[in-house]
Amino acid sequence: MTATEHRPHTPPEIGGLGHSRKRVEDARFIEGRGNYVDDIELPGMLHMAIHRSPVAHARILSIDTSEAEAVEGVVAVVTGEFLAGYNLAWMPTLSGDTQAVLATDKVRFQGQEVAAVIATDRYVAEDAARMIHVDYEELEPIVNPQRSLEDDAPLIRDDKEDVESNLCYEWDSGDKDGTDAAFAGADKIVTLQTHYPRSHPSPLETCGVVADVNPATSQATIYMTSQAPHAHRTVFALVAGLPEQNIRIVSPDIGGGFGNKVPVYPGYVVATAASLVIGKPVKWMETRTENLISTGFARDYYMKGELAVSNEGKILGLRVDMLSDQGAFYADAQPTKFRAGLFHIVTGSYDYPVAHVATRGAYTNKAPGGVAYRCSFRVTEASYLIERLVQNAAYELGMDPAEFRLKNFIQPDQFPYHSPTGFVYDSGDYEAALRKAMGMVGYDQIQAEKEQARKEGKLVGIGIASFTEVVGAGHGEDYDILGLKMFDSAELRVHPTGKAILKLGVRSQGQGHETTFAQIVAEELGIPADDIKIVEGDTDNTPYGLGTYASRSTPVAGAATAVISRKLREKGKKIAAHLLEASEEDLTWDNGKFHVAGDPESAVTIQDVAFAAYTNPPPGLEPGLEGVHYYDPPNMTYPFGSYIVVVDVDPESGQWKVRRMVAVDDCGVKINPMIVEGQIHGGLAEGYAMSSMQYITFDESGNCIGSNFMDYLIPTAWETPRFELGETVTPSPHHPFGAKGVGESATVGSPAAYVNAVIDALQHLGVTNIDMPVSPDRVWAAMEKANSG
Amino acid sequence: MYPAKFDYLAPETLEEALSILHERGDEVKILAGGQSLIPMMKLRFASPPTLMDINRLPGLSRINRTNGTLEFDALVRHNDVVKSDAAKANHTVSRAAPWVADPIVRNLGTVAGSLAHHDPEGDWASVMLATGAELVLTSSDSQRTVKIDDFLVDMFTTNCLPNEMVTKVRVPAHSSRGGGDYQKLERKVGDYATVGVATSLELDEGGRVAKAGIALTSVFHHNLKVPEAEAALEGERPSDELFAEAANIASQVCDPASDVRGSAEYKRHVVDVFTRRGLAKSYETAKGGLT
Amino acid sequence: MNITLTVNGGEHTADVEPRRLLVDFLRSTVGLKGTHIGCDTTSCGVCTVLVDGTPVKSCTMFAVQANGRSITTVEGLKQNGDLSAIQKAFKEEHGLQCGFCTPAMMLVGTALIEENPDPSEDQIRWAISGNLCRCTGYINIVKAIMAAAETTREGASS
Repeated sequence: MTATEHRPHTPPEIGGLGHSRKRVEDARFIEGRGNYVDDIELPGMLHMAIHRSPVAHARILSIDTSEAEAVEGVVAVVTGEFLAGYNLAWMPTLSGDTQAVLATDKVRFQGQEVAAVIATDRYVAEDAARMIHVDYEELEPIVNPQRSLEDDAPLIRDDKEDVESNLCYEWDSGDKDGTDAAFAGADKIVTLQTHYPRSHPSPLETCGVVADVNPATSQATIYMTSQAPHAHRTVFALVAGLPEQNIRIVSPDIGGGFGNKVPVYPGYVVATAASLVIGKPVKWMETRTENLISTGFARDYYMKGELAVSNEGKILGLRVDMLSDQGAFYADAQPTKFRAGLFHIVTGSYDYPVAHVATRGAYTNKAPGGVAYRCSFRVTEASYLIERLVQNAAYELGMDPAEFRLKNFIQPDQFPYHSPTGFVYDSGDYEAALRKAMGMVGYDQIQAEKEQARKEGKLVGIGIASFTEVVGAGHGEDYDILGLKMFDSAELRVHPTGKAILKLGVRSQGQGHETTFAQIVAEELGIPADDIKIVEGDTDNTPYGLGTYASRSTPVAGAATAVISRKLREKGKKIAAHLLEASEEDLTWDNGKFHVAGDPESAVTIQDVAFAAYTNPPPGLEPGLEGVHYYDPPNMTYPFGSYIVVVDVDPESGQWKVRRMVAVDDCGVKINPMIVEGQIHGGLAEGYAMSSMQYITFDESGNCIGSNFMDYLIPTAWETPRFELGETVTPSPHHPFGAKGVGESATVGSPAAYVNAVIDALQHLGVTNIDMPVSPDRVWAAMEKANSG
Repeated sequence: MYPAKFDYLAPETLEEALSILHERGDEVKILAGGQSLIPMMKLRFASPPTLMDINRLPGLSRINRTNGTLEFDALVRHNDVVKSDAAKANHTVSRAAPWVADPIVRNLGTVAGSLAHHDPEGDWASVMLATGAELVLTSSDSQRTVKIDDFLVDMFTTNCLPNEMVTKVRVPAHSSRGGGDYQKLERKVGDYATVGVATSLELDEGGRVAKAGIALTSVFHHNLKVPEAEAALEGERPSDELFAEAANIASQVCDPASDVRGSAEYKRHVVDVFTRRGLAKSYETAKGGLT
Repeated sequence: MNITLTVNGGEHTADVEPRRLLVDFLRSTVGLKGTHIGCDTTSCGVCTVLVDGTPVKSCTMFAVQANGRSITTVEGLKQNGDLSAIQKAFKEEHGLQCGFCTPAMMLVGTALIEENPDPSEDQIRWAISGNLCRCTGYINIVKAIMAAAETTREGASS
């Protein structure tokens, strides 16, 4: 398939695919009438505060809660020992490991949950949490995975049986022998060693829960910041032993998720247990510090990539050795059979026969997580590595980085493309996207300006990233979370008056599902989007689904929506034939109307059909116009794009500023171009954040640096670059309406573009790498090193 | 996060406020803008038993320019300075003001409060050191004027006594042959300085440097005035070489710590670069007044 | 301590601990949930409200400090039952996604337009640089404030 423009098929009053429909959800947000977890107040509700470990690694000798219990307003103090009585001191992680809910034996990272205070007021709860006294016997803190895997490193997970080292997993992909052979025959081997630093999604709303358990009925209603409410219900059933039909997870409005709200956190479990025991609702909202030091970190990959190339500029093979820092509990949200997520997509947008990807993970005394932060299971790290590597390869070969990419891209006629590590790319036209970006930025002109600037002692750099993503898991055969197959669902009910309600297993966190999913139904069924209500986030009232992350809502739940709409249209056709006294075969469908072929006057609308479904169904046909579909995608979708960044670097201070940021994305067919653009803007900004300033690090004692927004830096409007967007449209051949998912492309693709631009400004000085964040001091240090070397 | 409990006093007159300080100054912390104090209380780095809110004291929000002096009352907010025409009388002050904190914090945070807090990463203390400011400290039975150099003792420590309050900050206005600047390397808006450099120049009629001021932020355990660099400038004819010499001295005198903002070597280097740039910009303004 | 605040034109009296933050007073005592909490360090700005017309981070002011003063929150932006120019513009220009920073951004934008009816893009970016957004990359927030300024100017001149 070739890159084409896509125009709406439906008129604006129906508002199907391709319309930049204004958002339905905005009505409540602009009046301050959203309903986030912290906005929920129930009668008699209590508040919880958590006492956390101040040290990274220590044995717990004793916990004294007496002073806290004596504070007026304190209802209970919960410890791990208490939870152990309910078999709740430990819980499973999303990678099949175990995680302490409240520590009983040891603390394994700074900020680990040790005890919780339940009180009548949040201020009181926090006062009392400070009055819990814990005696620790400190142990050596392990703050990097390299040290963790040394023979004499202390064992972090001594709670697990038969564990003798801190190695948490070892996994490889591809053809090792074939790759070694390709390297043996290569003209050049280009190597890059880099660390993708620990990051955190840090949505502006932190994580939280209001647990409301009725001890008489054992009905548990749990309002929580959940990107995956159904999966969470099942996890709660398994962890807490509550009957699943009595658990109702409600995920109300979410103030941003970005992967942070995929896991189940100890705070949720403790609040639920406390509510069960006390018999009153219990609210827990994280502070920002709690959010940053304990929940859902991302990245932290140490990567060595080697590219075998010929002197003519062809890539012959790729070899990757990766070590990940997993923190104290292996908690990546990822499909079971892939131990380093989808990192093996690292071969990227390029055509070569062999690759080998070796991965290992190590426990350290840091917070657990490994969440897919605005990313499909470690695609971000993969994309970064290959895009940095090809840039450096071009330099070593004396080629222009764009030319090198163009020479090695997978070609349009090679799709479906079988990659060396086992992916089947669905569709793409990488050259078209790169050429479009080059045209937008004026590539030749800007290269000339760069050369001229150098002569004047100025530093200008141009960075490219031509990324390929893999999003929209499953299919279920290969992709599951804790055994739950990664399908998703849609339940569509068309009411007698022709209005409809669509219920979904996914959950928007700002992506605008209430707007876009109605457009899918409008496209397929001709019901105006304004007549369709979307319901999601309440497990009692929506069909089962795996949730919203890894850009999977449109590829999977969107597909389910299209399929159920089509099924109802098929049923509608029978009803229309009945109403028109014609045969089904003679009917033509046209944007919400059935008419007899060749006779547009003789038509019934979908609204007529809906009314008849309840008032005048054809004999023998089941009444009603409702249905549910569970969609197991045949393959992932592979969005792609090319980004070009131009930077000016201050040669004295090392500060750099983005002069241009051109982003050409191809996410297949768009539901709502306005929302797609918004998603890309956000991703480009977060990519800039990671490349320039946003990261978490630790000192040698395991103290977290980046524990609040004064140290964990999120760019403001002042630093954030202006973006120029472009598009190509290459539909996914297997998705019902050709869409691919777009929420994460820009976060995945853009960091390499920014970093490549800075490196490009400095490469003539001999600088080949600066690890993110590319802060001014690191730029300066790299220049100094190059000068002295 | 929430502060510990405290008693709250909100006097309506300066006399009342001073008498509270007179009686219980040791246990009373003054709440002006609160933009440093309240976050510290929320993180429980500070838990003062009593807060005295001075925001209700009348007549303490003026910026006055008189006889070559710019005078800030105790409750002048950072953004008052940003928006003030009078404050343009001192170029170092007016160029530094937009770099303090972020635009919303600037609506509440005060110049005097920032100086009394004396965080070595704060911007105002360097500005005041470079411009030769003085502070008026008032108690219920006396009033004294203290040079900024004497006021700042060490990080988070000043020589303001428990019974005293900073009621005015006085900054010399620049003459028509004066100029000043504030160069700040911050990682993002609202960040503390990685390095900040305040500069001030006064030229004589012949165009030589009559008076120079240089002070540094975040590169010492307190805001650092650099008399050695100032002395190198005074009496000399401005040139790129002269500014480079002064900048080099400043970079030698400072003693930054290595941290996530950068290595000590890097910060020292930035002091060098930014002092040079700040002096050049200050001179750019000052020479406009030469006839 | 007994305090009375005017919130969106209505008086609210309550007995509060001195340490109660203004944001908690607005959310819990007055019951207006549109003002949010996002950090502990006066960094993110999602709690921004107008105190006597000036944007202030309500997590960094005690409720007692606001005694006798007039507060505007997002719930007070509508005028005579109609959405204000900035509310309309945020929807029209897709200036919000998750909605969490939106009330603060709209209030800061409102105060900016009040002070500077014709702000440049740089002036808008500078004015909102005390407020974080994680979703939009700020592009459409800037557009929305620009558009609201324009409609406000047109409204004033007609």
